Amino acid sequence: MQTALILVALAALILGLAVWRIHKQAKLYEVGFGRQLATTLSSKSFQLTLAGFVIFVGLWWVTVSLLKLPWFNRLPGPVEVVSEWLSPEPTFGISIYTKDYYTHIFYSTYRATAAFLLATLLGIPFGLLMGWNKKFYDYSLPLVELIRPIPPLAWVPLAILVLPGSEPAVIFVTFLVAFFVTTLNTLLGVESIDENYFRAAKCLGASNKDILFDVVVPGALPYVFTGLQISMGASWFSLVAGEMIAAQYGLGFLIWDSYSVIAYPVIFIGMATLGIIGWASSALVRVVGRRLMAWREAELSGSARVEV
Amino acid sequence: MSASNTAPVCRAADGALSVRDVTKIYDPEGVHVVALEHCSLEIAAGEFVAVVGPSGCGKSTLLNIMAGFDYVTHGEILLDGAPLATPDTRPRPGSDRVVVFQHGALFPWKTVLENVTYGPVVQKQLDQPAAEAKAREMLARVGLSNIEKSYPGQLSSGMQRRVEIIRALINDPKVLLLDEPFRAMDTVTKSASHEYLLELYNATGKTIFFITHDLEEAIFLADKVAVMTTRPGHIKLAISVDLPRPRNYRMLASQEFLRLKAQLVEAVHEEAVKAFQAGEREMA
Amino acid sequence: MVVKRKASLAERINKKLANKSFWRGVTAVIGFFAVWQVSCMGVLPFMSAIPTPVEVAHAFWKLLFDPKYWAGWRDSSLRVFYGFVAAQILGIPLGLGMGWNRNFKHLTFPVFELLRPIPPLAWVPVSILFWPTNELSIAFITFIGAFFTIVVNVLGGVGSIKKELVYSAVSFGASPSQVFWRVVLPATIPSIATGMMVGIGITWNVVIAAEMIAGNTGLGRLTWEAYLAGYTPGIIVGMISIGLAGYVSSGLVKWVSELLMPWKRIF
Repeated sequence: MQTALILVALAALILGLAVWRIHKQAKLYEVGFGRQLATTLSSKSFQLTLAGFVIFVGLWWVTVSLLKLPWFNRLPGPVEVVSEWLSPEPTFGISIYTKDYYTHIFYSTYRATAAFLLATLLGIPFGLLMGWNKKFYDYSLPLVELIRPIPPLAWVPLAILVLPGSEPAVIFVTFLVAFFVTTLNTLLGVESIDENYFRAAKCLGASNKDILFDVVVPGALPYVFTGLQISMGASWFSLVAGEMIAAQYGLGFLIWDSYSVIAYPVIFIGMATLGIIGWASSALVRVVGRRLMAWREAELSGSARVEV
Repeated sequence: MSASNTAPVCRAADGALSVRDVTKIYDPEGVHVVALEHCSLEIAAGEFVAVVGPSGCGKSTLLNIMAGFDYVTHGEILLDGAPLATPDTRPRPGSDRVVVFQHGALFPWKTVLENVTYGPVVQKQLDQPAAEAKAREMLARVGLSNIEKSYPGQLSSGMQRRVEIIRALINDPKVLLLDEPFRAMDTVTKSASHEYLLELYNATGKTIFFITHDLEEAIFLADKVAVMTTRPGHIKLAISVDLPRPRNYRMLASQEFLRLKAQLVEAVHEEAVKAFQAGEREMA
Repeated sequence: MVVKRKASLAERINKKLANKSFWRGVTAVIGFFAVWQVSCMGVLPFMSAIPTPVEVAHAFWKLLFDPKYWAGWRDSSLRVFYGFVAAQILGIPLGLGMGWNRNFKHLTFPVFELLRPIPPLAWVPVSILFWPTNELSIAFITFIGAFFTIVVNVLGGVGSIKKELVYSAVSFGASPSQVFWRVVLPATIPSIATGMMVGIGITWNVVIAAEMIAGNTGLGRLTWEAYLAGYTPGIIVGMISIGLAGYVSSGLVKWVSELLMPWKRIF
C-alpha cells in the first residue's frame, strides 16, 4: 500500500514537471496547451528520448536478469534495485523508508557543502587578489602551481595523519580540489575583463576600491560561476573517494560497504542517489548564478533589442 | 563665412589642450617602437577637433596619453596652460577628460541609469537621488528616457554609444575624448549619431577631441581636422572647417565641403599608401 | 616597421634574471620550503607528524634505487594510458555522433546526462563485480573519468562550429560525409584537445584513488602502503611522484594536441 502511494507521488511529481514544461513551450510558440502536448508527444525528440531510456533499462534487464550473461551475473537487475529502493522492509536495510538512508545522505551532503562553501569563501578572494595585484600573483602563482598537480586524493593519507579524525581529513581533501578550481577560474575571470572597463571607471573618477567592487567582481562573475559549477562536481568526486577510503557514514562509504557485505542492490541505490544529488547541486549553483547575473539573462533571453 | 557663424550656441571657456612636440616610444631598450614623434597640435577651448590618419599611425596613442592611460617619452601636453603630461609626470585619468571608447565601455552589469549616474556618485559629488534626477533629465532631453532600466546588452550599438556620451557629459568634463566611437556602425545609425553629437556640442560647447578614419565624418563634425602621418605619427596638416553651425546633412554636397574633402584625401592618401607598403597590422 | 629577432638563450636567461616577478616566485618557493622545514622540526606540536623536506629528500633518494618504486610508475602509467586512450576511442566518436546527428543525440544524450553526475569512484564496486580481472576494473574507472569529459567537450565543440564553414563547404558541392570529415572533424580538434587536457588530470586523480581502494600495485598503492606502515616520508614521496607524473602526462597531452593543430601555433 505504502509503495503504491510513493509511486503515485513520484509519478505526480514527474507529470507535474512535464506539464509545466509543455505549458512554457506552448506560451513560447503561442499555441494552446493541448496542441503543444500533441506536438511534443509526437515529436521525434521526445520519442527518441523515451526510447533511449527504455533501451538503457531494457539492456540492463536483458543482460542481467533475463540472459544472465557471464560477466553480468553478479550484478543486480533493475527490478531488484528499484523494488529494494522503494520497499518498506528492505532486505539490506537501505531504502527510502529507512532512517539510515537519510543519515548517509546527510553526512555526504554536509561534508560536500562544508568543503564547497569553505573553498568558495577562500578561493574567490584569493583568485580576485591574484588577478588584481601583480605582486601577490608573483608570490602565489608558483606555490599554487607547485601544490596543484598533486591529486587531491593523494593527500588523503597525510590528511588522516595530521588532522584529528577522518571527518576533517575527508572534508579537507574535498576542500582542496574545490579551492584550486575556484581560485583559478576566478583568476581567469579577472583576466578576462576588457581593459577598457577599467579605463572607463578611472575616467569617471573611481578609486581602486570602487574598481574592485564595480568592475572586477561583476566582470569576473561569469567565469566564477562556471568555476563554481565545476568545483561542485569536483567536490562530489573527491568526497566520494575520500569516504570510500576513510569514513564512517556517507554515500561513498555506503557504496563500498555494500560491496563488502554483498548487499549489491544498495550499491546501485547509492550511485543513483549520488547522481541525483550531484545533478541537483550543480543545478542549484547554476540557478544562483543566473539570479546574480541578471544582465546576462536579459541579454541572452533575446528580449527585443531596443532600436534607435 | 564669418567666424561667429561657425561657433556653437555657447562655447566652453576651458579645456584648451596644447600638444607640444610629443614623442612616445614603446619599450625603448627593447623593441623600440616609435609611436609618435615630434607631434604638435593646438586645440582651443570649446573647439571640436578631429584627427584622421591611416590605421596604426598613433591617433589612439595620443588620445590615451591625453586621457591618462599612458605617458609621454619626450615633449609635453598642457591643459589650460597647466602641464598635464610631461616625461616626469604621469597623468592620471580623471573626470575632466572623459573617454568614449570605440567598442563601447558601458558596464554590462549595470543598468543605463546606474551607468550614467556612476561618475557623480562614485566621486561623491552628488548623492544617489540627486544623481538619478540629473541623469533622468539629461536622458529625457535627448529622448532616451524609456531605456533607463535596460541593460547595455539589450540596446543597439547606436543607443549604447549615445548613453555612453551622456555618461561622460554628466561629469561636466573639460574635454571629451572620443576614440572612433561610431566606427562599427552602419551608415544610417552613424548619421543619426552625428546629428546627436552635434546637438550636444551645440548645447554644451565643450572641447571635443575626436578620432576617426572617416574623412567625411571628420569634416562634417569638426571645426578643425588634423591629419596624422603614418608611424611614427606627427601632425602633418591641420585644416580649418569654415562650414556654418548648426551643421546639416545638405552641407555634405556643398562646394566647400567637397573642396575640403579633396584637400584631405590628398594628404591622407599619401600616408595610407606608405602605411600599406610598410605592412602595418590593422589595429581593428 | 620593426623586426623582432628571436633572442638568444643567453639573452633570454638574462631577461629572466632581471625580471622582478621571477625573483618573487623564487622567494615564495624558498620561503615555503623554509617554513615547512622549520615547522616540522618539532617547533609546532601538531605538525610533528609531517616529515621535513630534508627527510623527504632522503627518502626520495633511497626510493630511486628501489625497483618497486619504478614498477609503481609503470603500473600506474599503464592504467592511465589504457583508460585514457579507451575513453578517447569511444568518447570522441560518440561526441561527434551526438553533435552531428540530432536523432542520435536525442536517443543517447539523456541517458548520458543521467549517468554523468555519478562520481567515477562510485563505479568501483560495480566495476569489480563486472570485470573479470583487477586490472580491467581499475582501467574501467579511469576510463569513466576521462570518458564523460571528452564527450562533453567534443559535443560543445561541434555545437560551436560556425555555420558559415559548413555552408561554404556545401556550396562547393561537398557531400555530407565530406563535410563531416573535412570540415566538422578538423574544426572540433581544439575542443578535443581541451577535453584531453582536462581528462588526463581527472584520470590521474581517479587512478590514485582506485589504487588506494582496490589496487595491489602502483603509485597510489605505494602511497597507501607507506601510510599503513607509518612511513610518513614515503607518503610525501608518493604524493610528489604522483604530482610529477600528472604534470608530465599533461605536458605530453598538450604537446600532442599542439601537433594536431598547426594553425594554432602560428602566433
